[in-house]
Amino acid sequence: MAGEPARRFVMSRFTSFSAGARDTLPMLVGAAPFGVIFGTLVPANMVANWQGQLMSLSVFAGSSQFIAIGLMGQHTGMLVIWLATFIVNLRHMLYSATLLPYVVHLPSRWRWLLGFLLTDETFAVVDAHYRRHPREAMGHWYFLGSGLAMYLNWQFWTLIGLLFGSAFPQLQSLGLDFAMVATFIAIVVPQLNRRPQLAAAVTAGIAAWLLRELPYKLGLLAAIGAGVAVGMLLSRGEKTPLATSTPAVPEL
Amino acid sequence: MEFTLTIIGMSVITVLVKAAIFILGDRVAFSPWLRKALVFVPVTVLTAIIVPMVLAPHGHDMELDWHNAQLMGALVAVAVCLATRHQLLTIIAGLTMFFAWQLL
Repeated sequence: MAGEPARRFVMSRFTSFSAGARDTLPMLVGAAPFGVIFGTLVPANMVANWQGQLMSLSVFAGSSQFIAIGLMGQHTGMLVIWLATFIVNLRHMLYSATLLPYVVHLPSRWRWLLGFLLTDETFAVVDAHYRRHPREAMGHWYFLGSGLAMYLNWQFWTLIGLLFGSAFPQLQSLGLDFAMVATFIAIVVPQLNRRPQLAAAVTAGIAAWLLRELPYKLGLLAAIGAGVAVGMLLSRGEKTPLATSTPAVPEL
Repeated sequence: MEFTLTIIGMSVITVLVKAAIFILGDRVAFSPWLRKALVFVPVTVLTAIIVPMVLAPHGHDMELDWHNAQLMGALVAVAVCLATRHQLLTIIAGLTMFFAWQLL
């Protein structure tokens, strides 16, 4: 009988973990094509396959991986790539600030692990779960299940994309980087439903065009700054947006 | 080697950004101003990357004409996305148009 509580403990850990993975299933399907496209872009940008997989394994942040692989193909300096990575990933701080009350009691190795596994998708799933079950003691296992499912899924589809891109190198001469353009359009256009968003995007696009000859891709960074500034000017007086369960970039 | 170093740096930056608040807790103050600015980051970054790729696929000069397959594919992708809001459909339609236009 002494082992009874311990077994229940283990069971509920496992139940939470698998519930987290199961609730993430739709997100896994949604992320799959992006993993494949990312993988095919790796050889197209003259980056070695193992380095592409290394990026998925160690960075694990879709939109910054897309941006970085394109910039690497254009021989952009690493400082600019790092700065772009930093800016693009800042939105995760909104997510972690929202989830902080649920993880603050955990040992730091757990907080590092869950931080590493945090993505737009896992935030959406885990945030919804914590709203329904704010006092669940095993919530971090649910978080881990969701994050690990996304992680393994991303590795698998990256690998498929790498193999596909290497098997059909003729795709590269046709301009495979257009896959990235189409992907980004699919992410951006649905977000342009508000005027400040639209103005921010148009400003960034025009500035990026006008400043495209600046060295080190500084035009890109200036364009982001100009777009964000215009968006903020136009949304003055609006309520400060909070992170919600609708993430900014739901698919990456 | 340079690519590997770039990737390692990216991973360090990303995990620090993602885990910072989990590790530091309430010691990280988050101004409403920054919170607001972050909302505009995804659309500006992605737009700033694709506009030059679409308007000048070969580098320097603007190719605002019917021969530009990137431009035609992008226009179709935007139209399909506005009409359907379906992401995978948008990507497939854009890519199909892009490859078809090159074959013509």
